[in-house]
Amino acid sequence: MTIYLEFEKPLAEIEGQAAELRALAQRSPEMDVEKEAAALDRKSHEMLVQLYANLTPWRKCQVARHPERPHCKDYIERLFTEYTPLAGDRNFADDHAVMGGLARFNGRPVMVIGHEKGHDTKSRIERNFGMARPEGYRKAIRLMDMADRFGLPVVTLVDTPGAYPGKGAEERGQSEAIARSTEKCLQVKVPLVSVIIGEGGSGGAVAFATANRVAMLEHSIYSVISPEGCASILWKDAEKMREAAEALRLTAQNLKELGVCDRIVAEPLGGAHRDRTAAIDAVGREIAAMLDEMKDLDGQGLRADRRKKYLDLGSKGLAA
Amino acid sequence: MNWISNYVRPRINSIFSRREVPENLWTKCDECGTMLFHRELADNLNVCTNCGHHMAITPRDRFKALFDGGAFTEVKVPEPIADPLNFRDQKKYTDRLKEARRKTAEKEAMLVAEGEIGRTKVVAAGQDFSFMAGSMGMYVGNAIIAAAERAVKLNAPLVLFSAAGGARMQEGILSLMQMPRSTVAIEMLKEAGLPYIVVLTHPTTGGVTASYAMLGDVQIAEPNALICFAGPRVIEQTIREKLPEGFQRAEYLLDHGMLDRVTPRGQMREELIKVLRMLLGLPEAVMADLPAPETPEPAAAKEAEDAKGETPETPAAKPEPKPAKPEAPKK
Repeated sequence: MTIYLEFEKPLAEIEGQAAELRALAQRSPEMDVEKEAAALDRKSHEMLVQLYANLTPWRKCQVARHPERPHCKDYIERLFTEYTPLAGDRNFADDHAVMGGLARFNGRPVMVIGHEKGHDTKSRIERNFGMARPEGYRKAIRLMDMADRFGLPVVTLVDTPGAYPGKGAEERGQSEAIARSTEKCLQVKVPLVSVIIGEGGSGGAVAFATANRVAMLEHSIYSVISPEGCASILWKDAEKMREAAEALRLTAQNLKELGVCDRIVAEPLGGAHRDRTAAIDAVGREIAAMLDEMKDLDGQGLRADRRKKYLDLGSKGLAA
Repeated sequence: MNWISNYVRPRINSIFSRREVPENLWTKCDECGTMLFHRELADNLNVCTNCGHHMAITPRDRFKALFDGGAFTEVKVPEPIADPLNFRDQKKYTDRLKEARRKTAEKEAMLVAEGEIGRTKVVAAGQDFSFMAGSMGMYVGNAIIAAAERAVKLNAPLVLFSAAGGARMQEGILSLMQMPRSTVAIEMLKEAGLPYIVVLTHPTTGGVTASYAMLGDVQIAEPNALICFAGPRVIEQTIREKLPEGFQRAEYLLDHGMLDRVTPRGQMREELIKVLRMLLGLPEAVMADLPAPETPEPAAAKEAEDAKGETPETPAAKPEPKPAKPEAPKK
């Protein structure tokens, strides 16, 4: 059962009609509905193409947050072998909003780290909706450190609404943990590639996405603040999120133009959730290509490459 | 304090002061409500003389009190491209910038200066909360990078005074990218083996706290400064419970192991000198009110001239002739 987004309502109607017709035909085999159903299919396909050809920034936010969008766990399961989760920050706890560990990517051992949002109520609560606490960032720091010592490339998968704004998180140094994680990203002498697979929420995303190469899925977003948050501060009205999403330039396409993201990974028609395996495989190809780009750089070269990428950022704006 | 520093100096200051003295000569302390005479307040570095409440102070005023004899040279900050996103909310970003420039007579939210503090060469960067809430945009990022590069060049430590509501939303993702950018700057200092001291002032929040403001070798805060990643309001909305008294204030963070020290503004200069000289392996400083260094580098002064940009006024404070006034060294 597909979950439709608000702007997909007309589509839901047509697809629903087609499904109904087919269900009817199944009960009474003498009815021939295939022709009509196929017409409806064509219509819905056209509508889907149209809807997704020009998604507004706010609609992209909705797609990026789609509950059925493949999450970190799905990518790890399909793209990596021998995944061996490593837990804990050796200090306080294991944060389930961040998963990570050793794994093989195309046979090569790597360290994979990412935010996991969960896929149903139970797992969402367990994963804290992908909002990491300091422990999560400290676990990531520990894993990056280990990768650095053993020469393993680091792959990060970013999908978080942001770092968790909670009492305990603040007390245990949320900001320090994020700052150190960003610092570690810049320090490691191994290739670090990052893919924004859904939401790149502010500092919580930067802590993982400060990489040699950053790829973004076509309908993913990466922003300094959520459109809702921005709207409530600058427009004094959280309902102005459409305007805020527009103004923030948070789409993969805008970010590529600004040089923040290096590659855009095309999504299947109608978003990654409509063909999860195709989306995941496309990301896999992109990770391989990004790692390949860095194969000639040594440790110092990799660090210098990362530094240069960030120091140079901001030299170009968007065309007016 | 004697007659000269209490009375004559503020007068000289007010002659050279770039901002006009407001008509209202009295300021009400937000904490205890005492009415404070502006000169007395300025002399006490904007700390309430009655209750010790620390009010905001601009980087320029702070630097005047921080550097020997109030003399410092501005470090040039590369100009970023203006309004990269063509951002517009209810107002245009460019209009907001213009308004902030008019209001503060400053170019942007961070001032970088070099000079001597207790005869110790230092590069200092101060964030200006009065300029669009001190928000971290590309200029602030450039300022931190310029400060770090200058410090490395001079083989001097960097002292950074943070004060910000967070990242500058109007620069979108590019403001967020100042988190890694500023971290690169701090890396440069660390590689050069130079001390980096952060003084967190009220308020330091959001992406600023989660990057350069938390990466100091020594982390000092001013009393009662709000220091956090997520603000108290956001947290209360998220967890739906009241937060304890003093939550996310400097003393609370000190208690939770996030800071090295909480130091009142009046003692900050002395403390910085002490810490910096130890980290640099220098002998103890002679604690005295030192006059301005006599030979300002002409090259640096030239740079400051260039850095002025649109603001017509003289950017750096005038070195004031002031007699060395020995003070009993404090414990």
